[in-house]
Amino acid sequence: MPFKNLKEIIARQDFFSPGHGLCAGCGAAQIARIVMKIAGKDSIMVNATGCLEVSTTTYPWTAWKVPYIHVAFENAAAVASGIRAAYDALIMKKKLGKDVNVVVLAGDGGTADIGLQALSGAFERGDRITYICYDNEAYMNTGIQRSGATPYDAWTTTSPAGQKTLKKDLMGIAIAHRVKYAATATISYLLDAANKVEKALSISGPSFIHWLQPCTIGWRYDPKLTVKLSRLAVKTGLWPLYEHYDGINKLTVQVPKRTPVLEYLKLQGRFRHIMDNQEELAKIQSYADELAAKFGLGPVVE
Amino acid sequence: MGRLPKWNEMQEGFITKTLSESINKTGTWRTFKPIIDYSRCTKCGWCVIYCPEPCISFESSGDGKVVIDYDFCKGCGICAEECPIKCIDMVMEE
Repeated sequence: MPFKNLKEIIARQDFFSPGHGLCAGCGAAQIARIVMKIAGKDSIMVNATGCLEVSTTTYPWTAWKVPYIHVAFENAAAVASGIRAAYDALIMKKKLGKDVNVVVLAGDGGTADIGLQALSGAFERGDRITYICYDNEAYMNTGIQRSGATPYDAWTTTSPAGQKTLKKDLMGIAIAHRVKYAATATISYLLDAANKVEKALSISGPSFIHWLQPCTIGWRYDPKLTVKLSRLAVKTGLWPLYEHYDGINKLTVQVPKRTPVLEYLKLQGRFRHIMDNQEELAKIQSYADELAAKFGLGPVVE
Repeated sequence: MGRLPKWNEMQEGFITKTLSESINKTGTWRTFKPIIDYSRCTKCGWCVIYCPEPCISFESSGDGKVVIDYDFCKGCGICAEECPIKCIDMVMEE
């Protein structure tokens, strides 16, 4: 049953405990919390190296109330496949009565760059895992280095004049593997995201969720704007919310009137160097227009 | 909590069972403190769901008002920014 309102999500038990070491206003904490609320007690969390791992499992404490395993950047999907195989075998031998959700949480570096081949393998084998990529658009944990998911013109410490390539299309990669379910989500549209997580968990094969997560340190903005920025990413058309199920792409959040991309970019310090550069701003706007045309979003309204 | 086992004293398959909420009080990180104006709060739950900590919840007893656990609140201000009727104020910590 899909969730109808936020109260139903709030009523679910939390399996992510406060007191973790993530930054004030970090979106990754919100993602972990919502995913755990939906996945519930019978889940195994596989976490690739990244912000979420280093700051939620500092010895001697942990923020997770479910079985949790930390693995290296490159093999999160492979470890999840192994856990799945072990559980399938135990259930087949009738040594275990109930099934578990195997959920992977990995950053954009662990998904788009380093973990891509293990992920590709898991998709191709058709293992029943739910892979969630929390995309903060750079290697934030190690000090804001560019990744394959860094957007065009964004400043990072290793792209000081702005990234000169477009963001890697992870959804396209997942869909090319013929996964049954793939979706984009973000933290401002939580009802939509929660329903996508629930649907992903119910799929009898690999499922993938690409989740945009504003990063207060790396994007250079005031922590209170985390939710506002992720909302603006959707409203500008730069982050269309859609799902891919049974070979069909379906828009889940329609944007009848798009906001100009400048509204989104000017709040972030990582785009400060292009604020007076009309040519670059026009390029980003045309990229948003391209996405809008592809997914059928509304026109830009000033 | 007593002395913790060192890395070379740990057994294979060592599992950490101590929860962060029992020892790591992150409320000390805070500069600004969110204060709810209860006369205007409609209990819509937006601050509860958007709190990344999570340290805002509906009180289980009484009239179910929204309470903030200041032991953990890092003072990010998302609750004040997202509150639809703006009944949360960020006040400088004393």
